[in-house]
Amino acid sequence: MNNDNMNIDKINSFQKQQNKEEMKKQIITFVLMIAFTVVAFAVVASGLEAIYAVPLILILAVVQVGFQFYYFMHMKDEGHEVPSSLIFGGIWVAVLTILTMTTIIWW
Amino acid sequence: MSQDHSLNPETMPHDPAKATTEGKHKFFGLWFFLGGETVLFACFFGTFIALRNSTAGGPTSQELFGLELVFLMTILLLTSSLTSVYAIYHMKNNDFKKMQLWFGITALLGIGFLACELYEFAHYITEYGFTFRSSAFGSSFYTLVGFHGGHVVFGLSWLIALMVRNAKRGLNLYNAPKYNTFSLYWHFIDVVWVFIFTVVYLMGMVS
Repeated sequence: MNNDNMNIDKINSFQKQQNKEEMKKQIITFVLMIAFTVVAFAVVASGLEAIYAVPLILILAVVQVGFQFYYFMHMKDEGHEVPSSLIFGGIWVAVLTILTMTTIIWW
Repeated sequence: MSQDHSLNPETMPHDPAKATTEGKHKFFGLWFFLGGETVLFACFFGTFIALRNSTAGGPTSQELFGLELVFLMTILLLTSSLTSVYAIYHMKNNDFKKMQLWFGITALLGIGFLACELYEFAHYITEYGFTFRSSAFGSSFYTLVGFHGGHVVFGLSWLIALMVRNAKRGLNLYNAPKYNTFSLYWHFIDVVWVFIFTVVYLMGMVS
């Protein structure tokens, strides 16, 4: 059991390089996500009118979540057709639910 | 443990989390769960948006919320998402110790987030008398944000249990899928938080 941790040099160097490239993309994703967050908070702190601020921060949130799903959760990779359909199915029902609760039932 | 050998191969496959049938099933199972979670949180978000102005004379969101603490919590949770990406990176390089280290940092950041949230709730209750029963806004706020906090508590317990149980085992094809499903769950918690800080806190402060 003790030699489990020693397998590291047996990983092929091409794969290691690939993992490294992948990690670089993840760090760029993280920087972008932090940037979106800072912009969203700055928009609210600046006291921009609600009619402009609310759509703007909602778009920033959607884009940030897209990065989270496609990069951090690897939905851009191969073999993610089932996860994509599950998440988009969930989002579809979620949109209907929120639409119902916020508008339709009050008419 | 007749399977022990096949789960501890000489060379690790490229993606150890999905190399076994069981690993693939865990992966798909978790995504099924996340699809359901999306709908569950949508119900809470819908309720909150519908009721957020029904304060019944109690504190409003503008009186309660402060940007600084929410920003700190956001950075803590976002960073913990990155550290779990680092952990999975080390898993793919078959470096168990570094994977445990990065998951450990993830757990610490999660605990930091939780401490901030507890402080926030305690502050609202003691300073403003804003509780679950104050108003419809209070009920929907604590249900939504508290349920997300509950997910963080569950995620932390899951992670700590995994790390302790597998500490002496090292990385193999038996526990790699478990770590991987945890990291997907943890990213999803961050996804939910992005909408919470946008819809609950930021939108609560502009309108």
